[in-house]
Amino acid sequence: MTLVSDAASHAAPTNDAISRASTLTAQGVSAWFGSHKVLERVSLDMLANQVTALIGPSGCGKSTFLRILNRMHELVPSARLAGNIALDGQDIYRSAAPVTEIRRRIGMVFQKPNPFPAMSVAENVVSGLKLCGMKVERSHKDELVETCLQKAGLWNEVKNRLDANGGALSGGQQQRLCIARSLAVRPDVLLMDEPCSALDPTSTHRIEETIAELRDDVTIVIVTHNMQQAQRVSHYCAFFLAAENEPGRIVEAGTTDKIFSEPDDPRTLDYVRGRFG
Amino acid sequence: MTIDLRFDEPIVYPPDPDIPEELVAIVHTTRDEIVTWIAAAVGSLAATWLVYERLTPLSGGFGFLVFWWALFNVLTWYLARVQWGAVRAHDQVVRVWITSAAAIALIPLIAVIVSIATKGYHALSWRFLTRDMSSTSSSAPISQGGIGHAILGTLEIVGLATVISVPLGVITAVYLNEVGGRMARPVRMLTDAMSAVPSIVCGLFIYATLIQPGYVHLSGWAGALALSILMLPTVTRTTEVVLRLVPGGLREASFALGATDWRTTRSVVLPTARSGLVTSAILGVARVIGETAPLLLTIFGAFTFAGNPFGDRQEALPHFIYGQYQQSQGPGTPADLRMWSAALVLLFLVLFVFVTARFPTSRGYVFAGTATALFCLWRFESTSAAIGAPITLTLIAVSAMAVALAKRARRRSHSSKGVLV
Amino acid sequence: MSIDGGGLLLQAPAHYKFDDDVPMVVVTQRTAADELYRAGARAAGAITLGLMGLIGFFLLYRSREAFSSAGWRFFTEQRWSPPNAFGIAALLVGTIVIAVVALVVAFPIAAGTALYITEYAPLRVRRPLTSLVDLLAAIPSLIYGIWGAAVLSGRVANVSRFFADHFSWVRLPALQLSFWHWYRPFQTVSNAGFTASSMLAGIVVALMVLPICTAIMREVFSQAPQGERESALALGGTRWGVIRDVVLPFGKGGMIGGAMLGLGRALGETIAVAIIISPKFDIHSLLQPLQTGGNSIAAHIALRWPEQSAGGVPTSSLMAAGLVLFVMTLAVNMVASLVVARSRSGSATEI
Repeated sequence: MTLVSDAASHAAPTNDAISRASTLTAQGVSAWFGSHKVLERVSLDMLANQVTALIGPSGCGKSTFLRILNRMHELVPSARLAGNIALDGQDIYRSAAPVTEIRRRIGMVFQKPNPFPAMSVAENVVSGLKLCGMKVERSHKDELVETCLQKAGLWNEVKNRLDANGGALSGGQQQRLCIARSLAVRPDVLLMDEPCSALDPTSTHRIEETIAELRDDVTIVIVTHNMQQAQRVSHYCAFFLAAENEPGRIVEAGTTDKIFSEPDDPRTLDYVRGRFG
Repeated sequence: MTIDLRFDEPIVYPPDPDIPEELVAIVHTTRDEIVTWIAAAVGSLAATWLVYERLTPLSGGFGFLVFWWALFNVLTWYLARVQWGAVRAHDQVVRVWITSAAAIALIPLIAVIVSIATKGYHALSWRFLTRDMSSTSSSAPISQGGIGHAILGTLEIVGLATVISVPLGVITAVYLNEVGGRMARPVRMLTDAMSAVPSIVCGLFIYATLIQPGYVHLSGWAGALALSILMLPTVTRTTEVVLRLVPGGLREASFALGATDWRTTRSVVLPTARSGLVTSAILGVARVIGETAPLLLTIFGAFTFAGNPFGDRQEALPHFIYGQYQQSQGPGTPADLRMWSAALVLLFLVLFVFVTARFPTSRGYVFAGTATALFCLWRFESTSAAIGAPITLTLIAVSAMAVALAKRARRRSHSSKGVLV
Repeated sequence: MSIDGGGLLLQAPAHYKFDDDVPMVVVTQRTAADELYRAGARAAGAITLGLMGLIGFFLLYRSREAFSSAGWRFFTEQRWSPPNAFGIAALLVGTIVIAVVALVVAFPIAAGTALYITEYAPLRVRRPLTSLVDLLAAIPSLIYGIWGAAVLSGRVANVSRFFADHFSWVRLPALQLSFWHWYRPFQTVSNAGFTASSMLAGIVVALMVLPICTAIMREVFSQAPQGERESALALGGTRWGVIRDVVLPFGKGGMIGGAMLGLGRALGETIAVAIIISPKFDIHSLLQPLQTGGNSIAAHIALRWPEQSAGGVPTSSLMAAGLVLFVMTLAVNMVASLVVARSRSGSATEI
């Protein structure tokens, strides 16, 4: 398959045509801000229909790595990078596909919920279609709003106030609205950058449930500082660490069970047991 | 019984729910200070009266005030020094200075508004607002003729200038804030510089480039072009400030959904900043609506209603006022009365625009609408109640609509908060 | 779905070479619509750049006739009777005199108002007060002009006469009536010699300069670091102590920059000055701002335009005057923007 797909071919995601997930591969990824190197030759496979958690202390390059995966990294003026990132075998940085198409296929949920304040709940959900220039019929649109909100676990809470302002929801609801918004453009991969760090435990729980339900549809990569959360939601874990004044590296990666019970590297054990970081 | 006094441990008083909590009143200005000021004011007033009216052959209200103020300072300083020492005495005197400066800054504002209102009020009537000067000489009594043509001209010229410079200014601000590039720094700097270009130079520029070679005649259109140059930097800068307030997270979210730059700007950034954009357009209007100098060089002036800014000779309110000033034969003459009345109308327009920009809340519209309606009812009831009543009703309806729109805009957008104008 | 698949998880596979750990060239591919949008925005930015260039170019182009007729004498000649003898010297002096009077009046009031708003005013009063001061800027200069000529004129003449009568012994050209007087009170009996003066024009222009200076100073003062303020207060400092030791040293650049931005506005003020002054072209008497008469480049252009707009050297000479004014205000404002920009962190100028 190719990355460049006709806009019409993914025109109207519906219930029965659920998106199939893809594998995202990173090989030898390094990153710089100006001349400062923040990431050192990171290689990681993020397998289809699996949840991969990126863990590690602050400032070790997890978020940078995540932003490299859907080409948000290059929005920072001084940011540079090296290495290969491939979505189902296609290099996302060197292919001819427009960057917007890549970002549509690799969605992202941010640390701070950011629904568009000038749009209602329903408009927020379908905003991606408008932003990507996809034309959808009205009936399809309503259906899509419901599907996506249901997948994000928000439908029951907001079905009576779809016309309310997106900013009127609670923090947890806003975050799930952002997830629904990302799902509406049918991404293959969903990147989540500490999606629960700004939320209370109840909302966090709801989002974790949502993640568990979503993994049938999309490949998920999640950055988290919460060890229990990583254990609960992920199948695979990659432990990032940056020594003082050195760029971040992957110390160890493997199944979540292995990382949390019997990791190879003593530093991983220290971290998951909460001894440092 | 032994009393156990253990000072080495903290004593914890259990909270007593029966004692009501009492807020501590924070005093910024102590009673001593107030008493001192009153004493200084009274003492200096007495001394000033003695010196000014009795001992020296000085006179005049202004001099009296200045002398009183100076003595008040000295006395405040002395009283404060005696009571609290030199450091606090300095503090007191500086406080008097700074408060006086703020008061002085507001005096001319009130004086201008009051004197324009009192001088311009007498000649104002419904006829004056709706007629033109086509069959009226400048020495004809004020009951003849009017400024309808000038109001129409001003609205058209300013409207045209807005149509030109608001889109251009908004797009320039989008370039500065959303697109960027090597040119952004010089553009920002020159926008700053452009906002300081003297208005008469804008008139000279339009004359030199378009009128002198014959591309454009002296007309409302030429005036609008000159005003749009003045308006452009104001719109660009205020829009840039507004766009900067749109959170970067929204742009990232939009990009992460796969949006192009253009769609992000059109569907996310601009709608979020909507009410701020309206404010910046209004501020641009406020900047140019009273400008006279560029119009002196670009429009010809006229005595009759002229609706076509591209062909007809048009009159504008500021141009009309300046013309009447030049023809005025002294206070109380018809031209003088026309000048003050037209100035009052212009001032009213400016104040309305300013209030709309500054207080985009429903209350501001209700206030402006009601004030206008009441004024119309009261002023025009005798002359033409038949016209006045429907217009009043229309005004009320329009202000009600504005209320609804403002509420809607406010609900939809929260970007206008804290926009410095 | 099986979670067991650890073998697939790659880390540094053997077949992959890492020798090329150098930044790659990332090409951001954009759609045609996007390129069009960016080009359009860039074009709008270019229009601003172009306009400023065009203003300078066309004024220069239209004034070449005047320059070739007058030569360098344009900058030294005081009289203005084109096409024979005309020059900018007296106008330049008159412009600067009015601007200086305006600044001398406006600066202390602006500084005091800005300090009052940031340091003294109760929170409830702050916003309305700021709005009111800004409203001062919204009132058209035409209205200030007719108000100044009709209402303020007599009062300022009284004060001017008082100064001239009682302080003319001070050896300052700005105050004296003639070169040397000993103290002789009640020398003059009428205000006739003190109307339509540069002093009055300067005061009226000060009203227009005041809000700009206040806005800049208020913004700079409010950025004075809270920590330093609090530490000064915690040491037992008075409010004046905080202002003197924290706010003013921090805001010095902003005060100078604000004053210069105000100066730029004062130099270019047209219609109010044109209404108030009665023009004169003699540098010696222009330097006595209390006396009747004054002049400025902008007002001169507005006043002479009706009789000199027929073309030829007369029109060209006014274009030349406009060019001088344009260059002068531009220079003052560029320097002012730099000073203000240096005195604060990051945020752009807001006037």
